Amino acid sequence: MDFDLMINSIPKLLDAALITLKLLSASLLFGLFVGLFFAILRMNKNIFINKFAYGYSYVFRGTPLLVQIFIIYFGLGQIEYLRSSFLWVILKEPYWCAIIAFTLNTGAYTSEILRSAFQTIKPGLIEAGKSLGISNKIIFYKIQIPIAIRQSLPAYGNEIILMMKGTSLASTVTLMDITGVAKYIISTTFKPIEVFIVAGGIYLFMTFLIHNLIKYLEKKYSFQ
Amino acid sequence: MELLAFGKTGWGDELFYATLMTIAVSITAMLIGFLFALIFTPLKLSKYKSLNLIGNFYTTVIRGVPELLVIYLFFFGGSGAIMYVASIFGYFEYIEINAFITGSMAIGIISGAYSTEVFRGAIQSIDKGQFEAAKVLGVSKFAQFYKIILPQMLRLAIPNLSNVWQITLKDTSLISVTGLVEIMRQSYIAAGSTRDPLFFYSFAAVLYLLLTYLSMKLINKLEVKYSRGY
Repeated sequence: MDFDLMINSIPKLLDAALITLKLLSASLLFGLFVGLFFAILRMNKNIFINKFAYGYSYVFRGTPLLVQIFIIYFGLGQIEYLRSSFLWVILKEPYWCAIIAFTLNTGAYTSEILRSAFQTIKPGLIEAGKSLGISNKIIFYKIQIPIAIRQSLPAYGNEIILMMKGTSLASTVTLMDITGVAKYIISTTFKPIEVFIVAGGIYLFMTFLIHNLIKYLEKKYSFQ
Repeated sequence: MELLAFGKTGWGDELFYATLMTIAVSITAMLIGFLFALIFTPLKLSKYKSLNLIGNFYTTVIRGVPELLVIYLFFFGGSGAIMYVASIFGYFEYIEINAFITGSMAIGIISGAYSTEVFRGAIQSIDKGQFEAAKVLGVSKFAQFYKIILPQMLRLAIPNLSNVWQITLKDTSLISVTGLVEIMRQSYIAAGSTRDPLFFYSFAAVLYLLLTYLSMKLINKLEVKYSRGY
C-alpha cells in the first residue's frame, strides 16, 4: 500500500469530482424536462405520438450509454450540414456532447418512471378534482404532478445513482472527471488498488449523500 | 451497404464475430455473477452480523462505484494480483491474462452484486411456512433448498434477473476500453479505418437493440415456464 500516493491523489480526484457533479446536475436537470415531455407524450391517445415516445425510450434504454456518447461525439461531426450550422459550437465540445448523451439517456429512463407514476394515480383523485370544477390544466399541475413526484421518488433516486455512475463514461471522450483522472493516475503510477480505493471512496460518498437526500425527501413528502 | 459485406471487402464478418464475442462475454459474466451471488446471498441472509457486513459491503461498494472504474481496476491490477499470488507459490515469470478473462471477471463481479440483491429479495419473499413445513416433514436441508425453495424462488427472481441480464449485456460495451474485440471495439476499429463513425456506431446500436430484443423474447418464454400453476 502506497499511502503517500493515496493522499496525493485526493486533491486531484476531488477537483475532478467537481466536473462529475457538473455533468450529473446538468444532465439530470435537462433530463427531467425531457422525461416529463416524453411521459406526457406516452399518455397521449394518438397512437403515432404514443409509439414515437415508446420508440424513444426503447432505443435509449436498449443500447449502452457508451454507444450513445460515441454516436453523438464522433458520429454527428461527420454530417456536413451540422458542421456548418450554429449547432457546431455546441457539438464540437466533448463536454456538451457528454451532457446531450446523458440527458437523452436519463430522459428515457425518467419518462418510464414518470409514466408509471402517472398511471398509478387513483382515478378518484382526478374525478374529485373534476367534480369540484377545477380545470384540466390545474388538475394536471396541482394534483397529478405533485402525486407523481412523490410516487416516483424511490425509483428516481435509483436513476440518479445510475446516472452518477454513468458520468464516468465521459472519460472516454477526453473529459477529466473522477474516472478520467483516476485512469490517468493509474496509468502513470501503476498502482491501481490505491487509486481505486480513493476514487471509489469519493463515488461511494456521493452515492451515500444522494441516497440520504432521497430518503429525506421521501419522508418529507409522504402522505401521512 | 457494401461496408457491411462479408469477406475482405467489408466489415460484415468482423462485426458478426464481434457480436458472438459480446454474447460470449455476457453469458460468462452472468454465470460468474451467479457464482458470486451463490456465495454472497447466504452471507446477506445469515444470522451473524459479521457475515451480513461482508455481504452488504460487497453489494454496496460494487453498486455504488462506476463500472468503468471496476474495469480499470481489473485491467491494470489483474495481472499484478495474479503475479503476486503466483510469487507466493514460487513462480516469478510475467503472467498476462487475456482480455476475455479480465473483462468477464470485472463484469461478472458487477453483475453478481445485482444478482445477489435479486436472490435475497426472492428468498425473503417466500412464505416462512414453506421453510417450517419442510422442517416438520423432516426434509433434509439440501432437498429443502433444491426441491422447495429454489423452484419458488426462480419464479420470483426471473423478471428481475432479466433486468440484470440487460444491465450485464450493456455493460460489456465498456470492456472495449481494454481492447477486447467485441461489438463496440470492432465498430471503433471500423470507424477509424473507414472514417465513417456515424454509420458504424449506429449499426452497433442496432446490434445491441437486436440482442436486447431477442433476449427479452427468450426470457419471457422462461417466465411463462416457471410460473406454471400461478
